[in-house]
Amino acid sequence: MSDAKEGQQHPLTVYLWIWLLLFVLSTFSYLVDFYHVQGMLRWTLIILFMLLKAGFIVAIFMHMAWERLALKFAILLPPLCLLVLIGFMAIEGDYTFLTRGAAFVR
Amino acid sequence: MAHHDHTAALPPLKQVAADYAADKQAFPVPWGKAMMWIFLLSDTFIFTCFLTGYMNVRISTMDTWPNPSQVFGLHLFGTEVPLLLIAIMTFVLITSSGTMALAVNYGYRRDRRRTVMLLCATAALGATFVGMQAFEWTKLIMEGVRPWENPWGAEQFGSAFFMITGFHGCHVTAGVIYLLITAKRVGSGFYDRKGTYETVEVAGLYWHFVDLVWVFIFAFFYLW
Repeated sequence: MSDAKEGQQHPLTVYLWIWLLLFVLSTFSYLVDFYHVQGMLRWTLIILFMLLKAGFIVAIFMHMAWERLALKFAILLPPLCLLVLIGFMAIEGDYTFLTRGAAFVR
Repeated sequence: MAHHDHTAALPPLKQVAADYAADKQAFPVPWGKAMMWIFLLSDTFIFTCFLTGYMNVRISTMDTWPNPSQVFGLHLFGTEVPLLLIAIMTFVLITSSGTMALAVNYGYRRDRRRTVMLLCATAALGATFVGMQAFEWTKLIMEGVRPWENPWGAEQFGSAFFMITGFHGCHVTAGVIYLLITAKRVGSGFYDRKGTYETVEVAGLYWHFVDLVWVFIFAFFYLW
């Protein structure tokens, strides 16, 4: 252990490139709004830029890319359960909307 | 193993305690880092619940949702610039994430002066972010936004806005304090005496997470 490198040490250039990339991706997502991109293209671009930014922050800035698989599994798999919650709540929201439509708009 | 035989003779509850507290390690990282990751995992669930709640009320409302692009726009030089303040806040937070990553790097190089400077810069950018958020809240409250009503449409807009950005703002504020304490300890040579700078990396994990949450809030609340 004594001779091993302490913690997560990587070349500075890695961080600087990712930093620049995050700026570019943020600018892109702002431009989506600035140029009033609408419809499916808007949602696709927003989600794409969001996932890329989140991925780079977790993988590089938070060093997840260099951690062992056991830690990756322990931290990255549980949030997948949330997709079930999101799916159910979207269905429930649609149902509430339709019910309100049937009850209030006569 | 002898160790195993020893615990097998213990009463049941002592055995549980011995097993959980035993010198076994699942994750070969400092315990502080593993604990921070588990805390951040729980925080992920909290923020996702907030954002999911927001999604649910936005889907189910009969009123039109206020257009964030206009609500958060600023009048500048005679023109209306959409989402300007939010865009600046986003860039401030990303800049702070970069300075934080560099602080961790210089910490491991035992460059105390640069580490302290970068940690203070990160904290200052975080404080700037909170200040801009306070300005944004003030502006919206003066325009009549309340958790139960607003001048533009669905009432749920206010409650979702104040809850989500408020909780995130609390995280940033706590992070600023956390970073300043870490900076003070780096400056006083605390981590040199301790023999490790991994604590700075753990503080960095928290800070990057705050930026990570903002990425999702920016996409789902402000751009959607």
